[in-house]
Amino acid sequence: MSVVGLAWEQFRFERKLFWRNPSAAFFNFLLPILLLVLIAAAFAGDDDELDVLVPGVAGMGVLATTFTALAFNLTLLRDEGVLKRVRGTPMPPGAYLAGLIGSAAVNAFLQVAVVVVIGNVAYGVDWPNDPLLLALFTGLGVVCFAALGVAFSHAIPNEDAAPAYTNAVFLPLIFISGVFYSADELPEALKAIAEALPLKHLIDGLSEAIVGGGGDAATAAAVVAAWAAVGIVLAVRFFRWE
Amino acid sequence: MPPAIEVTDLRKSYGDVEAVRGVSFNVERGEVFGLLGPNGAGKTTTVEILEGYRRRSAGEVRVLGQDPESRDRRLQERVGIVLQSCGFYPRATVREAVEHFAKAYTRPRDPAETIALVGLDEKADARTKELSGGQRRRLDLALALVGDPELVFLDEPTTGFDPAARRTAWGVVRRLKELDKTVLLTTHYLDEAQELADRVAIVKSGRIVAEGPPAQLGPGSAHYRVSYLSEGRRVEHQTDDPTELLHRLTRDALARGERLEGLEVARPTLEEVYLELTHEADSV
Repeated sequence: MSVVGLAWEQFRFERKLFWRNPSAAFFNFLLPILLLVLIAAAFAGDDDELDVLVPGVAGMGVLATTFTALAFNLTLLRDEGVLKRVRGTPMPPGAYLAGLIGSAAVNAFLQVAVVVVIGNVAYGVDWPNDPLLLALFTGLGVVCFAALGVAFSHAIPNEDAAPAYTNAVFLPLIFISGVFYSADELPEALKAIAEALPLKHLIDGLSEAIVGGGGDAATAAAVVAAWAAVGIVLAVRFFRWE
Repeated sequence: MPPAIEVTDLRKSYGDVEAVRGVSFNVERGEVFGLLGPNGAGKTTTVEILEGYRRRSAGEVRVLGQDPESRDRRLQERVGIVLQSCGFYPRATVREAVEHFAKAYTRPRDPAETIALVGLDEKADARTKELSGGQRRRLDLALALVGDPELVFLDEPTTGFDPAARRTAWGVVRRLKELDKTVLLTTHYLDEAQELADRVAIVKSGRIVAEGPPAQLGPGSAHYRVSYLSEGRRVEHQTDDPTELLHRLTRDALARGERLEGLEVARPTLEEVYLELTHEADSV
């Protein structure tokens, strides 16, 4: 079978197994939706807040389904010896990883779609202003955070440490990047950190695509793309099979 | 046809520690070859170099005529690997896992037949996390065999098994031999090497200290034991030359008009040879 064929087979295998893992389904799908619903309830009727919240939760969804999920899963697969087993077969490493990352990408796109639909149906947020831009930013966010997730898995010593390591990045990052409220209200120091990191810029891009409103999409895309490049270099350079 | 495995003066260092210090051996096609030695002797390092997981520091290695360091897919198609410990997809069933791994090979063995070969048919639809230790090891074997390899590496295939599971695993290795597969087996169980291997190499501190068929392995300093009953007590002699000793004992007995009751001649067991050799190597 060709490399592309094997990547497709790996992707299908990952999809089949994903839905058998209730905890992964919860963290990838239900938790972001739960947060959206609860926080939207607090802001009910405040359209400006909802316009911040929907792109924010969509961005958090991309982060959770790619960065967190891949860093966590790769640590687990490495620690359990699944990667080493795969390495001992003719499965090309690239095809294997493409299947794994492709599955995470599908979760990210599904998550963004679900958040946009709930935002519209339940809270009256407009349908995306620019669907193509939304798809582009989601795709760029997937590449960036998937690469950073793979790279970050190299820093996690073992599977027991994985939840602590991933949450140590995930939680502070969502609070400073304007997921639940506008990042403009943060202290300058935190704002500077958020500006340097990719999540705030991904959310800016998603915001421009979903609700419109004068964000600088080009700058946002450039910062996310730069982090994607850093992530890819680190992910490839330090990859460990065992 | 060249040997399945050729190893010449293989060396591997980790920093200042030399784990493998000049190992040479060949494994012929269709042979079951055992690397036997205590933990930390360098068996797994040697095998992982042959499997393509590690780079050697020095020496020459050929596996089915190719250098495993190249990690050539065509070579990996022809080799099956059972590692010491390695995980599964916990939520996949046995059947799904074997079918999935089969896809990476050009000419795989039929997955259902492979599952039957290792005796897991009844567990084919169980998820891998529900398997017992012995059943997981059999799944390891199924995943290594599904590519229908010519050469199978088995790294300590029965460590942690209960006696019944060991017998089953031994049956599978014998079956591999019947199928004309070449098997490189590492073990620290002497009976396992004696039972399964056509030839064994005893590895100690990164070196091979003896090599040969287990039954003939270097009686050198380990002695044959000749014993008989005399006035109800067992008398034992040790010798390197049992023919001479037996001749003398029986001649003397006949001269006295006695019989040698309960006469036994015991070849040194692999265990004795092993203990003697590894002990000797220790004191070098």
